[in-house]
Amino acid sequence: MSDFLTVSVLLATLASGIRLATPFLLAALGETIGQRSGVLNLGVEGVMLLGAYGAYYATLRTDSVLLGIVVGLVVGGVMGIVYGVVTLALKAEQGISGIGIFIFGLGLSDLLFQKQVGTPTPIDGLGDVAIPLLGDLPWVGEVLFHQNVLVYAAFLLVPAMWFVIHRTPFGLDVRAVGETPEAADSLGVSVERTRYITIFVGNAFAGLAGAALALELGIFQQNLTNGHGFIAIALVYFGAWRPAGVMAGSLVFGLVSATVLQWKTLGIVVGTTASIVGMFPAVLTILVLVLVSRRTGQPSALTRPFERGH
Amino acid sequence: MEPTTAGAPLLELEGITKRFPGVVANDRVYFDVRPGEVHTLLGENGAGKSTLMKILYGLYHADEGEIRLRGEPVTIESPSDAIEQGIGMIHQHFMLVPTLTVAENVALGLPSRRRLLQDLSPVQQRIRELSEVYGLAVDPDAYIWQLAVGERQRVEIMKAIYRDVSLLILDEPTSVLTPAEVEDLFVTLRQMTEGGRGLVFISHKLHEVMSLSDRITVLRGGRVTGRTVPSETSREQLAHMMVGREVRLAPNRSEADVADARLTISALEVLGDRGTPAVTDFDLEVRSGEVVGIAGVSGNGQRELAEALAGLRPVASGTIVMNGVDTTTKTPKEIRRLGVSYIPEERMRDGAIGEFSVAENLILTSHDLPPTSRRGFLNFKQIETGCSDLVRRFTVKTPSLETPTANLSGGNIQKLIIARELSGEPEVLIASQPTRGVDIGAAEYIHTVLMDQRAGGIAILLISEDLDEVIGLSDRIAVMFEGRIMGMLDQEEATVQRLGLLMAGVSEEEERDGSSA
Repeated sequence: MSDFLTVSVLLATLASGIRLATPFLLAALGETIGQRSGVLNLGVEGVMLLGAYGAYYATLRTDSVLLGIVVGLVVGGVMGIVYGVVTLALKAEQGISGIGIFIFGLGLSDLLFQKQVGTPTPIDGLGDVAIPLLGDLPWVGEVLFHQNVLVYAAFLLVPAMWFVIHRTPFGLDVRAVGETPEAADSLGVSVERTRYITIFVGNAFAGLAGAALALELGIFQQNLTNGHGFIAIALVYFGAWRPAGVMAGSLVFGLVSATVLQWKTLGIVVGTTASIVGMFPAVLTILVLVLVSRRTGQPSALTRPFERGH
Repeated sequence: MEPTTAGAPLLELEGITKRFPGVVANDRVYFDVRPGEVHTLLGENGAGKSTLMKILYGLYHADEGEIRLRGEPVTIESPSDAIEQGIGMIHQHFMLVPTLTVAENVALGLPSRRRLLQDLSPVQQRIRELSEVYGLAVDPDAYIWQLAVGERQRVEIMKAIYRDVSLLILDEPTSVLTPAEVEDLFVTLRQMTEGGRGLVFISHKLHEVMSLSDRITVLRGGRVTGRTVPSETSREQLAHMMVGREVRLAPNRSEADVADARLTISALEVLGDRGTPAVTDFDLEVRSGEVVGIAGVSGNGQRELAEALAGLRPVASGTIVMNGVDTTTKTPKEIRRLGVSYIPEERMRDGAIGEFSVAENLILTSHDLPPTSRRGFLNFKQIETGCSDLVRRFTVKTPSLETPTANLSGGNIQKLIIARELSGEPEVLIASQPTRGVDIGAAEYIHTVLMDQRAGGIAILLISEDLDEVIGLSDRIAVMFEGRIMGMLDQEEATVQRLGLLMAGVSEEEERDGSSA
């Protein structure tokens, strides 16, 4: 344990915690905007897997990380259109169709990987970018400002999303549609259009979250995400549907995961103990959901399809 | 807004027909509104008033017919088309987002001055100006959930005024207001028509219709059955046009033959859904052979009181004694077995199961008792004869005993619930909003049944927001305000005005002090 409590190891753990928080944060921000408009998407995990595979494959073939990021976003957006048609046009039950999207993404990403790649081939993932001046700060610079572009992007999206939800006419539509769609409709706000946009954006974020994970690790394998998408949904509840709360939750999960990893690397936990400690994030999820059962701030129309005249 | 030539209609609906599977909701309806007038659309539930207005507002589409605005034919596909044409609608249920502020609710759906940025300051400013002009006290920064129902109604009016609508549809806007709030609303509505706006007022409250309308069109079964003006008609005639036959608006009451107390409530406190007291310091006694009415604006603890009496909501403190037994902590079933019946206010949520057949709903409270069941088996022969008898006695109109209850009309479902609740020959009846939303014919029948039961010696607690009903049926009337009894009046001294003041939370002493000062 004394190995762990040195300044350099602690700083490295913090930096890695922020990096590991990024996929959670991106996926959870996407889920937040969707839920604020009244749509639950349980398919995040599947969309993340497809985004991760898309980003990995594009980077593997072209050596362009940027193209990988774009493909991750596009794959997510396409899945958003699919989910929008299923839940809005066809009015399918949201919980069940989300599970369907998850299973579809899990199967298809593995099938494509087996057919197109076969043997796990590592790629050069995202490199760190040091921010001028800020990166030179002692301690803080190492933890916060030596990260990859997606980390910066994810954390900048937190205030951006807050701004969109609370300071734009579109955000007002989103909040109204998520609480009382009948009222929004009666004032000429299109419930369907608003939800299409939030679903599209939310799924693009999930695709990007998958890309962030694959490009950070530099590999793809079956079920690469391993529950990230589901934890992201839990984080939306933890964060009480607010971007800042979601960010706090993502950081907690990132730091716990980083600590567990560091302990394994340093041999502080080994064998069975390591496996048990490895379950921390999952146990934490359950604890979080039990403790945060107040649900203040939950959009009233969450999971409720809208039909005019009913 | 410029005054238009008198007589030229602002709106004309011509030959509107709308069919739903199995019913014609609107059958070649003609309806028009002139600038500056209030044209009332009167009719029972299911007469087609709401359907007609939903067609005008773009929520439904007419199968046949034409809509003309200022003489021009228009197509209205959605609410946004209606809004664009200057039509506003105040719906029966509030169309407000509780988690948003007043200004945000008003701004919703309108373009922002700064396009992609939401700038609420001009909205707040304009709301304050309009508040002044129309005497509509609303705080633009308040959240809707913080507001009382009367204030919420003012926000709805504000939304319409802010959009400067030329035609406003009001679908039963007074159902949640106190008599004083209704008067204020009517003043505002009159002020709106002075600028040349046209108003469509939908209601079934006859005295309101008589006081507000310039013209009245009556619908029955989807057709226009009468057109008149208030000076040439009476409440009785209007009721006749609505129902199609003579209606007795006030029930016949015999002398009360009051005996011993059947329901005694002492120092009762009940908590509401949010954990705050909904009923406090509540004392009441109902004796056999009398009806005690509870008047009040909804949301003042009536629902919690009824649920506590029926055993559906825990009692925080105090006691309830029914038929001589302390029922404060008893279960709903134990309370029923003591001869207590309950007609809940939410008919389809708490009173009947829509998917169940008429017969199944009729035995819901007796299915585990002989003769309905024996040794754990339902006795279908007995159910058939017992239920046929109830359906006949209480004139429930149903194709068969197997018909799903949800297929019946509101009035018939209510009759079914009353039939079940009275089939056990109770000694105490708690009746919550027994005629809300039922047609006049069924209401008249239900009133007669309640009066018969009173004559038969049962104790009735009648909770109702309909003041005419409370005054017409009750021997004594308690007014509830914020969980307490504001005052108790005998039937002879109860008037709408006196009850209205108590409902607004003004006690009789305060009123006297106020007028002498």
